[in-house]
Amino acid sequence: MSVTSEQETYPVAQFRKTYFEECAELLDALQSNLELLSSGQEDEETLHAIFRSVHSIKGGAGAFGCTDLVAFSHTFESLLDALRDNKIAATQEIKQLLLRASDALADIVNAARLEQQLPPNFAADISIAMRDALQSAGQAVEAAVGSVATETKSLGEQKYRIRFRPHTEMLKKANEPLLLIRQLRKLGTLSTEVDSSGLPALDQLDPEAAYFNWTFTLETAVQRSAIQDVFEFVEDDCDLEIELIEAAAGPAETVASEAGGPLASAVAAVSVAQSIRVDVDKVDRLVNLVGELVISQAMLTEQGLGLPADKYPQLIQGIEALAQSARELQESVMAIRAQPVKSVFARMPRIVRELAATLGKEVRIVTSGEMTEIDKTVIEQLNDPLTHMIRNALDHGIEPPAERAAAGKPRQGTIHLSAAQRSGRIVIEVSDDGRGINREKILAKARARDLVPAGASLTDEEIDNLIFLPAFSTADVISNISGRGVGMDVVKRNVQALGGRISVRSRFGQGSSFTLSLPLTLAVVDGMVVSVGRETFIIPLVAIVENLRPQTADIHPVVGRGHVLALRGEYLPLVYLHRVFSIGDAIGDPCRGIVIIVQSESAGRVGIVVDELLGQQQVVVKSLEANYEPVEGISGATILGNGRVALILDVARLHEIDVRGAAGRLPTPDSSKAEPPKDLIHAA
Amino acid sequence: MQPDNKPAANFGQDAAVSENVQQFITFTLGEEEYGIDIMVVREIKGWTETTMIPNAPAHVRGVINLRGVIVPIFDLRARFGTGVTVPTNMHVVIIVAAGTRTVGLLVDTVSDIISVDPKQIRDVPDMGVPIEDQFLEGLVAIQERMVTLVSLSGLFGMSAESVKRAAASADAAVAA
Repeated sequence: MSVTSEQETYPVAQFRKTYFEECAELLDALQSNLELLSSGQEDEETLHAIFRSVHSIKGGAGAFGCTDLVAFSHTFESLLDALRDNKIAATQEIKQLLLRASDALADIVNAARLEQQLPPNFAADISIAMRDALQSAGQAVEAAVGSVATETKSLGEQKYRIRFRPHTEMLKKANEPLLLIRQLRKLGTLSTEVDSSGLPALDQLDPEAAYFNWTFTLETAVQRSAIQDVFEFVEDDCDLEIELIEAAAGPAETVASEAGGPLASAVAAVSVAQSIRVDVDKVDRLVNLVGELVISQAMLTEQGLGLPADKYPQLIQGIEALAQSARELQESVMAIRAQPVKSVFARMPRIVRELAATLGKEVRIVTSGEMTEIDKTVIEQLNDPLTHMIRNALDHGIEPPAERAAAGKPRQGTIHLSAAQRSGRIVIEVSDDGRGINREKILAKARARDLVPAGASLTDEEIDNLIFLPAFSTADVISNISGRGVGMDVVKRNVQALGGRISVRSRFGQGSSFTLSLPLTLAVVDGMVVSVGRETFIIPLVAIVENLRPQTADIHPVVGRGHVLALRGEYLPLVYLHRVFSIGDAIGDPCRGIVIIVQSESAGRVGIVVDELLGQQQVVVKSLEANYEPVEGISGATILGNGRVALILDVARLHEIDVRGAAGRLPTPDSSKAEPPKDLIHAA
Repeated sequence: MQPDNKPAANFGQDAAVSENVQQFITFTLGEEEYGIDIMVVREIKGWTETTMIPNAPAHVRGVINLRGVIVPIFDLRARFGTGVTVPTNMHVVIIVAAGTRTVGLLVDTVSDIISVDPKQIRDVPDMGVPIEDQFLEGLVAIQERMVTLVSLSGLFGMSAESVKRAAASADAAVAA
């Protein structure tokens, strides 16, 4: 296979890829540990973890020749080291500096990954600030430039600083410093710094004199005496200082995770975390295969139903066992793909920090529920909508400090970002304590743009939802942060594409709260199989509240809005599926068919009128868009046990389509045989 | 496409004789014979029942399960605006790669593979038929028959370049 041969030919490229994958994880860890630190958790463990992240990034960077990255992370590491050794106090300024440094580090890593050149003075201010902090604590930073860090640390390593100043006599005795350096390198991980300041101008140069000084940093498991042995023959002809700067690391665990380089930490991952690194493509292939297996299994189950149980008891038992195993297998495979939302959440504090600084606002972000797990594909798609919502909250929601103070609020605004699992879905909430949605302004804007018919009276909720309309922005001045009007409608679309819903609640003057509800996975849903006429559809089980066959007396016509169903004192709009989808031969009468009550965030509770319930089944979601185009009211397709395709309903949109269609049916609200409205027919 | 009156009388046997020869699969819709670039054809299968797509235009016959992939089926007759096909077991679906998409074309029968020198492809004259020009690539005369070449890019609103690219990459994937 071509992939394999490429791996064999370009192992460096492969290692490099692994390294940057690790960097992403390390940066995430760094970020979240720094957050912990700034929230006051200043214990040794946190500091160690922060140090380890930066150290590992540096370790690999040297191996791949990313000099900018080595230089910066080295300074960063030195500062962390000093902090860890209590040579520098973790003041608020230092914490801020660390956060900025970690942001810059992420940028440098990214540039290195993309092999882009950073501006020459990139993050120079941060580097200088870090050096200053170190110097004020009496800690010189050994320049890391030119040091070759090929780190292969093993157990019980110690760090030595060796100052080596050969005398001219040493050279005259035919001792070559290079050989000594090579000898040193055999002992462990060596970084070398040469001081060439003693070198005179060329015309004064004595070719036989010694002008250079070296400072080595050696990480090694050997004893000091072994180092001295290297210099045994030149001891009298040079100045030599060997100084222990870092004692042997205690527990094996610390050492293992400190070990730099992708290979070393891959080994560490096995011994410590009991995990392996698997290419996502491989997992995806597995998921697809399991999907096919589930389809075959459903087919077998269907065939098995027709068999007399007394004749083939074992076959039927086997089919049942297969169904059980297939389900478990599927759940296990999906669990592999599940990841905590932390990886996305961890990026948000930086966005808040940078934007707050740009806007001159004081904002803190509080996150909770980061460990909530969700399918990887969903996580990947979550970054953009979340980023936009956070920016939106900062730009439009949170007021400037003075305005907040005047309103009797704390100067610092708070954005809450939370995730939780609720009834088979992930609910992510972004809330702020800002000014809330200014409904008058929104409504005026919407009227001015003819988005709302004049004279229509809207509920507060309806007004709030206007912000999800395309090209809607209330910012008076278009800022480059948000407010171009390419905002919330895009967020809504992205979220809907994920099978999710978004809604907003707001109290003027007190803040707004956006709620995203997403499916746990995109690949499999539990569905109710229903029939309408000769067609079969799947309704996702998570959306279904109950099924019932109503009495004629419970159905009431509402002029212009079709029918409503009276259910325990509540009136639910009815959506006739055959009408929305223009299907002939349907029963149509809810009292002879079935009404399925569904619930969705955007449309509330709605009754869907179908002919018959055919059963409940787990279905593998297939894309309709891959080879066709999105279809209104349909969220995807699946393959049933008989090999036929069935479409999966997007229940939240059905009502919307029906309401729009009802406008066209106004003159004959009762006619269930009404022609489908023209606007539902897709353009070719 | 240059107007050239020399008839092309090459059949499948002497395929790949010249680098320039392009091969087409021919199919019929009623009395008419059409050709489609063989490079975009993935497979040919008999008609199977489809699952309807709600509120789709008349030429969209629904979707089928092609080994786990959802593939839409287009009624070419309806697309050409010359009526709607009433499919039977004798009808044929040509599965083609249209850009990145895999779609099926419902036709009456598949008849032949022809090799055509691109120089022999003539422009479509204005025949007064309701078929839109963009769907057709040209005409070619094979002995006494006239074959109308169908433009997949025109049918699916893509640039011809992207169709070729997709076909090439699909072939590369198959080869690998």
